[in-house]
Amino acid sequence: MLSSILFPVILTLTFLLFIIPKRFKYAYALAILVCGVALTSAWSYVVLSGGTGTLEIPLLPWVMKNGLILKIDMLSAFFIAVVNFTVLTGFLYARGYLRPYYSTKNSLRFSIHYLAYLWLYLSMILVVVIRDGLPFLIVWEIMALSSFLLVIFDAEDTSILKTGISYLIQMHVGMFFILIAFLIAGRETGQMGFDALNTYFSRNSSLLLFILFFSGFGIKAGFIPLHTWLPQAHPAAPSHVSGVMSGVMIKMGIYGILRVLMSVQDNLLPIGIIILAVSLVSGILGVMMAIVQHDLKRLLAYHSIENIGIIGIGIGLGTIGLATDNTILSLLGFSGGLLHVLNHSLFKSLLFFNAGSVYQITHTRNIEHLGGLMKKMPYTASLFLIGSLAICGLPPFNGFISEYLIYTGMFKSLSAANLNQSILILGSVVGLTLIGGLAIFCFTKAFGIVFLGEPRSEEAKVAGDVGGDMIYPQYFIIGFIAMIGLLPALIVKPVFSIVSQSFGIPDTTALAVSSLKNLSQISIISGIFVVLVLVLLVYRHFHLKSRPVTYGPTWGCGYTAPSPDMQYTATSYAYNYNHLAKPVIQTKKIMRDIGEDEIFPALRKFESHSDDFFKKYLIDKPVDLISGLLKRIAVMQTGLIQHYILYAFVYMLLVFLLTYFNLI
Amino acid sequence: MTGFVLILIAASFFPGVIVRTKSIASGRRGPGILQPVREIGILLKKGSVFSNTSGIIFQIAPVITLSCIICALLVIPFGNQNALISFDGDFIFFSYLLALGKFFAIIAALDTGSSFEGMGANREVFFSMLVEPAFFILLATFAMFTGYTSFSDIFSNFFITGSHYVFIYSIIGFFLFIQTAMIENSRLPVDDPKTHLELTMIHEVMILDNSGFDKAMIHIGSYLKFAVYGALIYNVIVPAGWNIFLQAALFLAVQVTFAVIIGLIESFRARNKMNKNPKFILSLSAIALISFVIVLIITDKLI
Repeated sequence: MLSSILFPVILTLTFLLFIIPKRFKYAYALAILVCGVALTSAWSYVVLSGGTGTLEIPLLPWVMKNGLILKIDMLSAFFIAVVNFTVLTGFLYARGYLRPYYSTKNSLRFSIHYLAYLWLYLSMILVVVIRDGLPFLIVWEIMALSSFLLVIFDAEDTSILKTGISYLIQMHVGMFFILIAFLIAGRETGQMGFDALNTYFSRNSSLLLFILFFSGFGIKAGFIPLHTWLPQAHPAAPSHVSGVMSGVMIKMGIYGILRVLMSVQDNLLPIGIIILAVSLVSGILGVMMAIVQHDLKRLLAYHSIENIGIIGIGIGLGTIGLATDNTILSLLGFSGGLLHVLNHSLFKSLLFFNAGSVYQITHTRNIEHLGGLMKKMPYTASLFLIGSLAICGLPPFNGFISEYLIYTGMFKSLSAANLNQSILILGSVVGLTLIGGLAIFCFTKAFGIVFLGEPRSEEAKVAGDVGGDMIYPQYFIIGFIAMIGLLPALIVKPVFSIVSQSFGIPDTTALAVSSLKNLSQISIISGIFVVLVLVLLVYRHFHLKSRPVTYGPTWGCGYTAPSPDMQYTATSYAYNYNHLAKPVIQTKKIMRDIGEDEIFPALRKFESHSDDFFKKYLIDKPVDLISGLLKRIAVMQTGLIQHYILYAFVYMLLVFLLTYFNLI
Repeated sequence: MTGFVLILIAASFFPGVIVRTKSIASGRRGPGILQPVREIGILLKKGSVFSNTSGIIFQIAPVITLSCIICALLVIPFGNQNALISFDGDFIFFSYLLALGKFFAIIAALDTGSSFEGMGANREVFFSMLVEPAFFILLATFAMFTGYTSFSDIFSNFFITGSHYVFIYSIIGFFLFIQTAMIENSRLPVDDPKTHLELTMIHEVMILDNSGFDKAMIHIGSYLKFAVYGALIYNVIVPAGWNIFLQAALFLAVQVTFAVIIGLIESFRARNKMNKNPKFILSLSAIALISFVIVLIITDKLI
């Protein structure tokens, strides 16, 4: 009962931000955030530890009869936990990140920023606990608006404002799909919302409605080809916001898809195949496009698409498992996908925070201008390295665990699968392998070029590490990553029970037990690995102590005057890959050829760009077409009052004639 | 445990056998078979020279890479004796752990700031990315054929399925594991360890700046990797469950044969042109796909 009052109180208190003095705004916002996190974590804990059932919280039941009821089941509880962690660490990180802006931005801007951050948080919580259609759409809209306000924090830069508006428009296209889907279900059942979907799906075919929902939620999640907002909006936003948006906000799309899937009863196989196909494409193309990016944050944004792809592969396989009564595939697929939601929120926010730290110190996000930062920013570099290893899915970090669950689901189902399923599963295995290999390619490039070697610009040369207040929140994330990586059974066990409850998968106990046993073996071997590394490092330390150690320049093949410009660049690192991926990536090179008569070629410039194929043909081209058409129509806008009166007369005449001939 | 020890023994003479084969093939006597092990001893006695550009990554990477290979070794079974650690999907762990080792080797190369080493790093990651699908398709085929999903279970049940078609897998597995080993260890025809030009190297160029202890770690790692792949080859061609001494002898024989084959390939074959390598590596995935089609036919799923 306490929650029914407390939650609305927290909602209201956020608005006091406007009257708090600028100095205390951060502390106030943090206090509210902590209250919110504490309250919602309590809900999440009650539901997850209770094991069964749904927690129902009516909001202010004395004021509103038949008012809003928050329903928290295990799926919601899981998402609440994920949201809480990332939003809180993001806000702790924001303190240091926003400090340079204190002198340039006024108090109102900060109020709006903090308010938007709090409301983004609260709306995400509400999205996962509201089941009724209309309130859901309202909080979904608040989520889009508040994130829009967060993206345009730096709106002095007009390109950022433009990006923000493009983001807002694309979010509304997504919302339109969801609205239509709810309306279709609502007309049939007389009730809008997720609870009504059960009734709708029991009477009608699910394919069309699911595709509508999938398109709507998919835009938020960033499945290719619905991803075009993502690589634009993430680099534009401040880094703590990019971390939260990429870490948890896009997962609201995944939540929506899962919530709808829970009600779907027929056509599960085609739905599973659709999800799987879209996810494979997203995963592979996402990482392929990430490799050629030069903007560090845009590179990470494309990786979000890749990871959404991995989550989708898990969900797609899980759905196929449901359709074919394959318990192994459905349990391990869904669990892998759901665990990857948590894992991705951890390492992606970590990577975005550190990309933000690099940006704050060097004022550039262009990889080609960085280098050698490992020595200048050791903490940031180490944190980024751990994030990179985790996102590549390498043991003993958390990314491996979720990919391992998906892989074992596939391999174990192979021997019992029929022809079509075998081909689907093998295709997914190959897809996931390729994604893994490409991710390693991408992150050796990102980490190697940004943090290793010699600095490639003056900014990188004089860099120093960021303050401790931007580093310490990330230790929590690291702790979590290591815990999931080394003791996976602890976290996979609740995930199994969430999945088997939410999707009604029968007889999972034996399978869960054997899977957890496998995971404990992984703990053991990972432990051996860590100990072995430590022992060898200590031995190496003492070994080198007793022998002469000298320092000198890097071997330059006999060349004695190397300069940092001679190092391998991000472009050259991706060169042979670019060659292979030409059909997909379409890198354009801009360079004037050297003429035959140019004996001494003058200074030249070389540029290369990689367009996003989908953005070009799905967004840019159609928009150009429409705006060209509208420009032609704009000839009518002459500014002369006589013309406008003429238009009115023509219109009236038209209406008169049409009525006269009974045409309207 | 026997398997673990045998792999260590095999690793100690494996590179020596390759060198000896190459020497004899080119009409020389060549060094003793244990010469590479002695070289490690020499390296361990020496001090180290580090580049001023390089930092902590360069220092820790060789140790991490070696640890990855040693831990990957723990999941390799021998005959019908289970591996030291065995669990469902351990080959996923095996492959990803080797990838972790490679990740560190690559960023260590980038840490020196040398454009040659950058080149080598890039080629290494590019080629090993391309070879990965072949390995996974092959293991998926084995999983489908035997119905198990761990190295130990797959190999101890490999021959008792009673199907004569298993020899198809022995042949394809033998071929693919050899090729994968050649690529993973940067040998011919993808890379040539003898090459003396930095521009054409892959693996050798990545370790140009390593010396002393670190270089010894890298060498031990590459010897072990050979023996690991040799053990995988042994497991697909020799049925499990025979007498343990016979098995041990066969194991060592297989390793020697594998080393001799590598030596002969390196003596009589030229290296691929660098830009032909992707095609060559992807052809392995194509062969692995053929084995998948065969398993579909055998298990009556296709036709």
